[in-house]
Formats: sequence, structure tokens, C-alpha cells
Amino acid sequence: MLPIIFVLPLIQLIILSNAATFEVKNIKFAYVDNDNTSFSRGLVEKFEASSYFNVVSQFPSEKLASKAMLQGKVDVILEIPSYFEKQLLKNKKADLSVIINAIDGAAAGVENVYINQIVQQFNKKAQVELFLFNNLGNQPQDIETIPSFWYNETLNYKTFMVPGILVLLVTMITLFLSGMNIVREKEIGTLEQINVTPIKKHQFIIGKLFPFLVLGMVLLTVGLIISKLLFHIPIVGSLSLMYLYTIIYILVILGMGLFISNFTDTQQQAMFIAWFFMVIFILMSGLFTPIESMPQWAQLLTEFNPIKYFVQVMRMVMLKGAGLSDIYPQVIKTFVFAIAMNTLAVISYKKTS
Amino acid sequence: MAKDNMIQVENLTKMFGDFTAVNNISFEVGKGEVFGFLGANGAGKTTAMKMLIGISKPTHGAATVAGYNVLTEAELVKRNIGYMSQRFSLYNDLTIKENIVFFGGIYGLSSKDIKEKSQTMINELGLHDMTNSLVGSLPLGWKQKVAFSVALLHNPKIVFLDEPTGGVDPITRRQFWEMIYREANRGVTIFVTTHYMDEAEYCDRVSIMVAGKIEALDTPKNLKSQFRVDSMNQVFLKLARNIE
Amino acid sequence: MNRFIGFIKKEFYHILRDRRSLFILFGMPIVQVMLFGFAITNEINNVDIAILDHSKDVNTKEIINKIATSKYFSIKGFIDHEDEIESTFKKGKIKAVLNFEKDFSKNLVTQKKATVQIVTDATDPNTANTISNYVGSILKNYQQELNQGLNLPYQIVPQTRMVFNPELKSVYMFVPGVMTIILMLVSAMMTSISITKEKELGTMEILLVSPLNPIQVIVGKVVPYILLSIINAAVIILLSIFVFKMPVQGSLFLLGAESTLFIVNALSLGILISTISSTQQTAMMISLMGLMLPVILLSGFIFPISSMPLPLQLISNIIPAKWFIMILKGIMLKGVGLAYVWKETLILIGMTIFFIVLSVKKYKIRLE
Repeated sequence: MLPIIFVLPLIQLIILSNAATFEVKNIKFAYVDNDNTSFSRGLVEKFEASSYFNVVSQFPSEKLASKAMLQGKVDVILEIPSYFEKQLLKNKKADLSVIINAIDGAAAGVENVYINQIVQQFNKKAQVELFLFNNLGNQPQDIETIPSFWYNETLNYKTFMVPGILVLLVTMITLFLSGMNIVREKEIGTLEQINVTPIKKHQFIIGKLFPFLVLGMVLLTVGLIISKLLFHIPIVGSLSLMYLYTIIYILVILGMGLFISNFTDTQQQAMFIAWFFMVIFILMSGLFTPIESMPQWAQLLTEFNPIKYFVQVMRMVMLKGAGLSDIYPQVIKTFVFAIAMNTLAVISYKKTS
Repeated sequence: MAKDNMIQVENLTKMFGDFTAVNNISFEVGKGEVFGFLGANGAGKTTAMKMLIGISKPTHGAATVAGYNVLTEAELVKRNIGYMSQRFSLYNDLTIKENIVFFGGIYGLSSKDIKEKSQTMINELGLHDMTNSLVGSLPLGWKQKVAFSVALLHNPKIVFLDEPTGGVDPITRRQFWEMIYREANRGVTIFVTTHYMDEAEYCDRVSIMVAGKIEALDTPKNLKSQFRVDSMNQVFLKLARNIE
Repeated sequence: MNRFIGFIKKEFYHILRDRRSLFILFGMPIVQVMLFGFAITNEINNVDIAILDHSKDVNTKEIINKIATSKYFSIKGFIDHEDEIESTFKKGKIKAVLNFEKDFSKNLVTQKKATVQIVTDATDPNTANTISNYVGSILKNYQQELNQGLNLPYQIVPQTRMVFNPELKSVYMFVPGVMTIILMLVSAMMTSISITKEKELGTMEILLVSPLNPIQVIVGKVVPYILLSIINAAVIILLSIFVFKMPVQGSLFLLGAESTLFIVNALSLGILISTISSTQQTAMMISLMGLMLPVILLSGFIFPISSMPLPLQLISNIIPAKWFIMILKGIMLKGVGLAYVWKETLILIGMTIFFIVLSVKKYKIRLE
């Protein structure tokens, strides 16, 4: 059991943090060049030079290229029409046809942006070569945008995901173990024996749950060490603030686990219910997908999601160096949850036994 | 080898790595006998029993149960024995009736047989009102009685009982042993492990296992006179002390 | 055969009597599909941004107006100084600040060039990058309007066609993933738990002492879950068709057959887990901790596999979910037949056989 509690989560932290990236790169690019002039080949070369695209192959017809897309071998098809160069010279305007596999809508949007950027660059160069802007009055006005990415200049995904996945692992382990623990004694029948001993209920509960609090903190510590040493994630903010918050947070989770075990008879039920809420909490936590993009009602629901606050706090404190005053709302809400959850848990425990 | 020996064990040994759980034991059990298999926790009783019922393979030695070799004819052994374990042998989330139907079914009884059998059983146990209640809602003593009857559904020649009365009150234990005697009188061989020494007095013969070996094997009466004491409990204590 | 039917009946009693588990078993897929369909998206919408405008002239006002009316952004504040950016970001609400240089309009007219800085909170690199791109394209549009009179010659215009999902709905992307994840976890978890439960409660011994052979016991325990999982798969497909108007372009029969194959695959994985764990707790931890995150992250469900580092791309090949998601996307969205997904199908069949052979081997060892 011990390797499952410790090794499995940490291996996951190490491996999966590398997997969680929304970046779009290595786009499988195919083209059909019906023009086949040095001009059209120049455009294809632009794509070959780009680091976003992997040119898979050239196809003699759009039909064959589409077939490759159906097989999943190609993400994007660029079709250059016949007489592309001639059209451009004659009509001052020429069309290109681009086909994008849009099953992953977000990725398709990004791919479209990249394609347009490359075509525009190519177009600009062509315009300069074909037509010289010598009249200063006619020169187009240009708005230059300078992006500046704070806290994570290189847009390194791990910086974003590692704190989040760490949150997830700490939560999952403590919730599942605490949720199952008391039910397990019920199911095997040892709880009856404990109930006849003179041990007080709160002593029993604290005795049961305290090890999981310690376990959660140990996991957090090891996880932080891995983040620092292996992923070089900056830990800008105060460590003691993180630990303090984590203790409050784990109390919420342990209360939930206890509450679940009081309302279930078998480990299977406890596990299922814990899992059910876990999945909803994870998905609605802003860990993988932005909360701001959700509809209003969904955003309102996330207010009751403790994982959301833990994810926010970890990212804010670890990466931005937020202080207590910045995370004050999260701390207060988590604290309220902790009290509410544990009160519910203790009340329901008395009722069932 | 006597013809009507239901269990015949010769030099049976089970090793887990370097640890010898069962060390070269030999004994036989006759037809209709109530054979007590005693020993402290960890003495190797359960391991020895598991080899006899065919769910654990011996490292050395041989054993026949109901005339079949446990190594080579495990399937035939299984058809001729009943088994009830120290933990619940029944499903708590099924009713008494459903448990009977289920276990009758997996032993290949026809539905007509199951109906007749369960009727007799319900009559004997006086369970008329309870056939449709979940086993989980029964008191432990009742569960064990039902479990014992279920283990006998398919008319096995031998029944193996692994600490059947653990955690049960003395009155129910008494009733349980009455059931055991009734079956023994019908010719069913009973192989029972227990660590209640007073129960050992009810057995025809007992064996006492200490650290993987059988250290004593005889009728309770002979054992008591051999060790010059007046209860099986004292026999057991003396034996354990001698070994140490 | 009679024995076997009795066994399956008993298994159904277990499942149907446990109302809470049953509720989760069927509630889970519905809730998840609904969440992904209605609430969760990996696009950006209504991102809070702030403006730092050093010029406050006609052009900056027009640009701010354009940004305010776009569905991607909502302007949640104006700040006066660069120093305030830091504290704004630390509060966590505002994700980007647009910083217009001084004399924006004047520069645009006299030097034909003016500068905007887009400062983003890149703790979430994806959102930061997307914001940057979207603001950039709003500015490009504005710039084109400014230059309208000039009528530039020699324009190359890409005509883009988004195939398989023209409206770029994220639910199209998520439904195959949700279905995979649910089938995988429910099937693997349920079987491993229900088998280890019999071990833990001691009833497994009773079954093994009976004339039923171990294979019959295992198959008997698995059959009910095949049926349950098929119902789950059907519910998910119906929801996606009728609630989210997601098309099933390919053959429904093929879809059903492939789903059944995947269910059997997951069940055999569940059996394998149960052979290596002796308690329910271990079985659950292995199936949840060991399966949940890898299946979410390495299957291409949310994150594109092609963007991962090479070692992880290789690892993703041993995740059955990856292949099933490819099959699902192929059949549901691309409308292809077996001719296009036979390779993935064979891989799933191979993995299933591998799990079964391994479990049978492991199982025998336990009885030594």
C-alpha cells in the first residue's frame, strides 16, 4: 500500500507534468501544389521553415490528401491552385485553400492563426518584390504589438501545471484514504469492536484522521522538492503561507472524507462517491481549463469548490509571490468550508452510531 | 490404509520460501468422525486445511480426501466436500433464500432439489419468517447456522469448518454443536478447527498443532489422562509450555 | 451453464441492491457529459483585462471600444501607472493589461507606426498566449480599417475550411474523451473492486472450494459489468446526439462493436488489477490513482499528444484509451469505417489478449 500512496503520485507528478500542455506544435502539414512554380514552392518553403509545422508529405490531389486526413495522418492541408502566380499578377489577388481538422476546436483556431501569419509574411515579401511603395503618403499605418509574458516569460507549461497537479495528488490521496478508512472498519466489522471500547468519539476521529493530515503534508513537501529540483519551478512566495493554507485545506478534505464514510456502508460506495465529487471538483477547478470562460452559472458553482481555491493559492503564492493579503478571500472561504465540513461530519457520525 | 478413511494425510508439508508453515504432518480421519484440528493462531491449521480443500498446493507429501487425491483430482475433491470459513460464508446483501439458491446452483443442484433442500433446511432451523430478509440483517449466530446448512446443501461426504463459532455467544455455540452431531450421526465426516478448548471436548478425536507440527493426536479422554490433567485447556497449555 | 446463470444472477443482486453505487454508476456519465457540454471549454471567453492608456486619444479610444465589444474580453479597470500592473496581477482576477504608448495617434500619423504593449499574466501560459493572439488580431483588423483607402494590390487570401467541426465546438472534442474515461474507470474499477471484495470478505475461498472453476468465477463477475458499461456508453452517445447535436457520421453498429471491444479491454485490465491486489483499498487506489490521471492526460483527451515530449508520446501508445479515442473520433466525427480504424482496433484486441493472458498467469500463481 505504501508504494501506491507515495511512489505512484510522485511518479505521476514527474511524468504527467510534462504531458499537460495546450501548446500546439508539430502540426502535421500536407500540401497539394497545383501551380508548381518557384513562387508556390517559396510559400511551401515558408511552412517547412516554421517550427510549428511538420511537413508530412506532398499529395498529387486534394482527394488523396483528404484521405490521409481521415486516417489521422494529417492535421492541415494547404492547396495551392493552378495558375496561382499568374492569377496574382493578373488579378492582383489570389486565393489559397486551407483545410483544417477542427475536431479539437481550440487547436484548430491556433493552427489557423499560425497559417495566416506565415501567409501574411510571405505576402508582404511578395508585395515588396512586386510593387514598391515609393509614395510615402500611401504607406500604410502600422500598429505594432509587443507581447510581454509576466511570471513565465518562456510560456513554460510546467510552471503552470506542476503546482496544479501537486494539488490534485494531495487531494486525491487524502480524500480517498480518509473516505475509505472508517467504512473499511464498518465493512470488516472492527468498528463494532471499537465502539464498545471506552475511547471517546472525537478521540477516535482525530486518531483516525490525523495520520492523513501528516501524510498530506509529507506529500506536499516531497512534491515541492521535486518541483524545485527537477522542474526548476520558481517558489517566489512564502513557504510557511503555503503550508498554513494546506493544513486548513486538508482539514476540509478530511471532513469530506469522514462525511462520506458516515453515509456509506461499503468501501465501494465510499470510493464511488469520493470519486464522483473528485472528478467534478477537478474539472471545475480551473486546473486544466480557464474558469473565466465558463458560463455565469458554472462560475457561480465553482465558488463552492475547495480545489479551485487550493489551485489558485498554490499558483498565486508559488509563482507570483502573493502574500496573505492577496489570498485573504481564499483563506477565509477555505476556513469556512473546513468548519462546515467537519461540523457536518461529526454530527452525522453521532447519528449513525 | 483403512478403506473407510475419509481423510488420509501423509507427510504433508507447505513451505513459503524458507518458512515451513506445515511441517511433515500425517493423520487420518474416519467416516462419521468429528475431528478437531486445534492449534494457536499461526500454528499452521488454516494452511493445512487449505491444502486439504484444494486451494493451496502442498510442497511435499500427499493427501486424499473422500478417496480422491488433492493434487491430481482437486475437482472431484471439491464436489464431495462442504466448506465454511471463519469469516462470513454467505453474502450479506442477498436474502437467505437467494443465498441458498446461489450456492445450490454453483454445486450443480437442480432447481427441484434446491427447492426441497431449502424447505427441509428452513423447517429444521425454524426460519420461516426470515427467508426473504437479507443475511446482513441476521444476528451472527444465525448467520453461522445458515452458513453451516448451506455448506451441507449438496450432501458432501466431509464438511470442513474453519473456526465456525468465532465471536458467537455460548448458547448459540451449544446449538451449533448439536447441529454438528446431528450431521455426524448421519454419516457426514466433520473436520473442524477451533481455538475454544471447551469445544475440543465435544470432538471424537483431536489433533493439536504447534509451530507447524502435530504434537498430540488422540481422543480428548486419552489426552487428558496422558497429560494427567482434567481439561483440554490444560492439555493445550502443558503442550505449548513443553515445546518452549 | 445453469451454474453460470445463477452466478450472474447473484452478481446482479449485488449491483442492484447497492443503490448508492448504482446512482453514481449511471449519474457520473450524465453529469460529466453535461459539464463538458455546457460549462467547460478550453477556449477563452470574457477574460478580465485592464487598460493603461498613456495617450487617451481617438485611436486608443476606438481600439478600447473594439476590445470591449469582443466576446473574448471584458474590461475590468483602468490604471494610470506601470507600477500598478504587479499588484493587479497578484489579486489574480485580471489576466492582461494593454499598455498604449504616449502620443499614440500622433505617432501613427507622423511616423506611420504606434506601439501597444500586451502584458499578460503568464502563470497560465495557454491563456496568456491566446489573449496575446486575440488582441493581436483585433488590432490587425483595426489597422486594416485604417488603411482601407489605400487598396493594396497583390493580396493572397487563404480560404480556410474547418472540417469535421466547423463551429469549433469544444464538446465535439470532449465527448469521445469523456466516454473513454468513464468506460475505462467504471469497468476497470468495478471489476477489480468486486473481485477483491470477495477476497477481502472471505467469500472468494468459498467459491474456489466449490466445483466452479476460477475462470467461470471471473467471467461470471465480469459479465454484468459489460452490460452496465454498454448502457453507459449508449447513454453518453444519446446525450451527445440529442443534447449537443453532435453528429454520428459513421456506422452506429461499428461504434457499438468498438465500444464493446474497449469495455472488454477495460474489464480485463480490471481483472489484472484484482489479481495483484488483495484488498479493495489497494485495488481502488491502483485503478484510480494509476488510471485516472494517465487516462486524462496521456490519451489526447484534453491535451494534444503531438505536442508532448517524445518519451511521453511513446508512453501514450500503451494507453488503450488513446486508441479508443482515435477510433471514436474517426467514427463519430469523420464518418470513417473499419478500413480506416483497423489498426487501432487490432491494437486494442492485442492489448485485451495481453491483459487476459497475464491475469490468467498471475491468477494461477496465487493458487500455488
